[in-house]
Amino acid sequence: MGTSVLYEVKTERGVFCMLLLLYLCCSGGKCELQESQPAQPSNRPTVKPFNNEPQAFPEEERASLPVFTMDYPRIQVPFEFTLWILLASFAKIGFHIYHKITIWIPESCLLIVIGLIVGGIMHTVKEEPPTALSSNAFFLYMLPPIVLDSGYFMPTRPFFENCGTVLWYAVVGTLWNSIGIGLSLFAICQFEVFGLQDINLAENLLFAAIISAVDPVAALNVFEDMGVNEQIYIVIFGEGLFNDAVTVALYSMFSFLADMPVVESTDVFLGVARFFVVAFGGVFFGLVFGFVAAFTTRFTHNVRQIEPLFIFMYSYLAYLVAECFAISSVLAIITCAITMKYYVEENVSQRSCTTIRHVVKMLATVSETLIFFFLGVITVTVEHEWNWAYILFTLVFAFFWRIIGILVLTQIINPFRTIQFKYKDQFGLAYGGLRGAICFALAFTLPDSINRKDLFVTGSIAIIICTVFIQGISIRPIVEYMNIRKTNKDKQTINVEVHTRVMEHIICGVEDLCGQWSHYYWKDKFKKFNDRVLRRILVRDHRAESSIVSLYKKLELQNAIDLLDTPIGDLSAAPSIISLQDEKKEASRPKKKFMAAEVRNMHDILSKNMYKIRQKTMAYTNKYNLPDESRTREILIRRHASIRRTVRAGSFRDPPERNIPRSQKYYSLQPGGDLEAAFALRRRSHGSGSGDVDHLSAHVQFAGASARSSSRSLVPMRRLNTIEEIKNPAEQPAVSVHPPPRSNGEDALNKTGPGSLGGSSLRGRRGPVPAPRRSSSDWVEEDANDSEDTGERVDPPQLPPPRGWVPENQDHVENGAGNALIRQSPHRSMRF
Amino acid sequence: MGSNSSSMNNIPNAEQLVQETGFSAAHILRLYERFQFLDKDDTGQLRPEDFGAVRELAMNPIGDRIISAFFSPGQETLDFASFVRVLAHFRPADSNRTRDGAQPEPANSSMGKLKFAFQLYDQDRDGKISRAELLQVLRAMLGMQVTEEQLQSIAERAIQEADFDQDDAISFDEFRKSLEKVNIDHKMSIRFLS
Repeated sequence: MGTSVLYEVKTERGVFCMLLLLYLCCSGGKCELQESQPAQPSNRPTVKPFNNEPQAFPEEERASLPVFTMDYPRIQVPFEFTLWILLASFAKIGFHIYHKITIWIPESCLLIVIGLIVGGIMHTVKEEPPTALSSNAFFLYMLPPIVLDSGYFMPTRPFFENCGTVLWYAVVGTLWNSIGIGLSLFAICQFEVFGLQDINLAENLLFAAIISAVDPVAALNVFEDMGVNEQIYIVIFGEGLFNDAVTVALYSMFSFLADMPVVESTDVFLGVARFFVVAFGGVFFGLVFGFVAAFTTRFTHNVRQIEPLFIFMYSYLAYLVAECFAISSVLAIITCAITMKYYVEENVSQRSCTTIRHVVKMLATVSETLIFFFLGVITVTVEHEWNWAYILFTLVFAFFWRIIGILVLTQIINPFRTIQFKYKDQFGLAYGGLRGAICFALAFTLPDSINRKDLFVTGSIAIIICTVFIQGISIRPIVEYMNIRKTNKDKQTINVEVHTRVMEHIICGVEDLCGQWSHYYWKDKFKKFNDRVLRRILVRDHRAESSIVSLYKKLELQNAIDLLDTPIGDLSAAPSIISLQDEKKEASRPKKKFMAAEVRNMHDILSKNMYKIRQKTMAYTNKYNLPDESRTREILIRRHASIRRTVRAGSFRDPPERNIPRSQKYYSLQPGGDLEAAFALRRRSHGSGSGDVDHLSAHVQFAGASARSSSRSLVPMRRLNTIEEIKNPAEQPAVSVHPPPRSNGEDALNKTGPGSLGGSSLRGRRGPVPAPRRSSSDWVEEDANDSEDTGERVDPPQLPPPRGWVPENQDHVENGAGNALIRQSPHRSMRF
Repeated sequence: MGSNSSSMNNIPNAEQLVQETGFSAAHILRLYERFQFLDKDDTGQLRPEDFGAVRELAMNPIGDRIISAFFSPGQETLDFASFVRVLAHFRPADSNRTRDGAQPEPANSSMGKLKFAFQLYDQDRDGKISRAELLQVLRAMLGMQVTEEQLQSIAERAIQEADFDQDDAISFDEFRKSLEKVNIDHKMSIRFLS
């Protein structure tokens, strides 16, 4: 900003090399991050074309041909930069070897500590701090990846559903903080004792704006482990994202004001106007570049290898252009990422999609690691102006205004929210208000015209370190303590725990059913517009199956296979245990006394393993990992499999004249009267059957045993569930005991199993595999359909009911066709 | 689908529904829009598949139980009135509202809410949650990592806790007692948008 031209040019070039190096690192993949060898040679050729400095090379050559030369200054900047990155990455590896560390101490703390150590070493040997830090490199090269990452991985749907709350906290909260802190600090400056009279109001406000951006990663991590409602996540996440933008806007406004000698009332209005220009201008540029990027990827299918590049270049371009007009570049890049993501991921190939995601994550991780690392280094190496009063008051006010702000803002927003913030959540929000990278970067870009710049830098560093260390480390114990106290007081029973979670799911489900979250009028409008206009323009073949959809399919299939593989291993053990339990129950059921430890263990299992409501978006919120959707997939597959199972069992069991409505069948609920009959029938058949099975052959025994158990646990319901689903090989022979369905069942098994099956035990093992696989692939389509972000799916041709539950014939055909993956569904076009 | 076509006049028995369920006219209107949205083939009746099309519901581990709770035994379609009547369970209990008529027990009382929850467990509708029924719900609710034995012992424990008359099942009364300390009204209410 205010540095001399020559200096600017020099750093600019150096930094450009660094960026190039960064990209090199990405394309080089992980090996480069772990081994230092490949990184260094790769520098030289890259840097060469950009280095225009006159070299001593020709003269030397004339003198005598050097056999060995060394030209360190030429590679110094990128070389050092590479080493910095490597060092930081090694540190990261180190933290994760001792995984426990990062649970209790946030990663940022550790990075700062290492930075402090390195800085200390550098200070003692009188080394200059790395050149990359001394300019606005932060803004041009380190911030964009971080913001791009948050924007790209932002869970769009929940974000827009909670848009109001997020913006409320981000915009109003940040304004509140900066104005509150600024005014109170200005008041402090009026006391002559502290010797701070030369700091005027605008400068105070500027400083306050710098330190008001909170970065609630620590709170996020803690909450994640404790399984808080997802709504709170998205609010925290969104707040962290958007208050960066607000802070940057405020910062540019206040730094304008601080530069002015006299501030008039019109300037204040202009300032407010500028605030809006900055914000909406950013959104506008983001939208433009986002759409252009999406449009470009429409034509990249012949140049797959450079496809991912467009994403980065366009988002970076959006950032730079916004920066050029001094409008909110953070908002621009976020909007750009959100806009293009949906279309781009449909256009690009699956691999490109994976590449994009990984590279975005990697760049962001590297940048953030470096920022905290440098923060440590800078703290030691830079000259400080220490003023006890100012810095202490800053700390106090920052904490005070944050807490008041959260309390007040929450009271105002709570009545408008479906799920309200409890005091515990509010405390987490308030206490989790750490200051992070943005604060540090902004402090460094302060114009030199501010005469107490050093004080401001020191103050910012102080508040970052204090919040990161004190609050970051203590938030987990405190919140956990609050939690523990709460549960101890309640003395929760297993019943309460299970039932309340069930109720949460019920509420959640009913809310989804009512479309509570969405302002669906607008969503509907947008969806139509999207389908009619945007998709036609931006997506290459808007009927084709998008890459993300097929990726999803593959994942589903993989997961289905995994799920099947695991339990089959101990299948032989499972039935005996269960039948034993059943025996016990049948006989006298001695009251089993549970030890306290056992009960605690149960609580533990429950709290860890019960599905949380709307697991889906939680997966996104972990800042350092790629989204993991395994649990959602698990639910999907299990549920779908169980539906299939019910269907199957039903079709075996029920005589055709039984007049059970289809819907009931499908959803595994049966009218009571019929059930009794079915139960009796089953029981009888089973009774005669077990004898049958026993003398059939020794091989069948396990099948028979588990048949007993499964039919027992069926009583008096239809089966719904999946653990049993997985050992369903057992069930099918059991059913086959019943004469009429027998042939049917055998038939199905024989056809499903690849090749003809010899022993019945073998049949038992092979039986299940095809069924769930088929079902999963079946499901995948629906799910993939759903996985796009459109909410209520328009299910094109009402998928004909019979397909679900009279599948026997169809199943055979499908299986005959063999591979479930290949099976296309011509009649169901992908629509969103 | 027709946000313009829906006004109070088009809804069958709207007045009566307002009276009966305690929803305001705006609520009813909004729910009707939603109903129409779910009703893809415009028959005025929802089928379970229509519910299945809501994608979040597919992510819900007990999603199909919730869906089936909307359909009374033997019915395979659901008209708007029944839809609203079921949803009325989730209305916050009337405290500030004046209109609370002479109904003996509105659906949105804690008792009504509890009954709804109970019904999700009690699939055979014999008024008791048997061990097997409890186990089914537990299986649906818990991740794959939990072993069958763990499930068994959790179910055992849960039944022991609640089962006062020693019949190895949880009756509705026992269910209610075991949840005495939970604020049902808070847990089972939705702030319906209007």
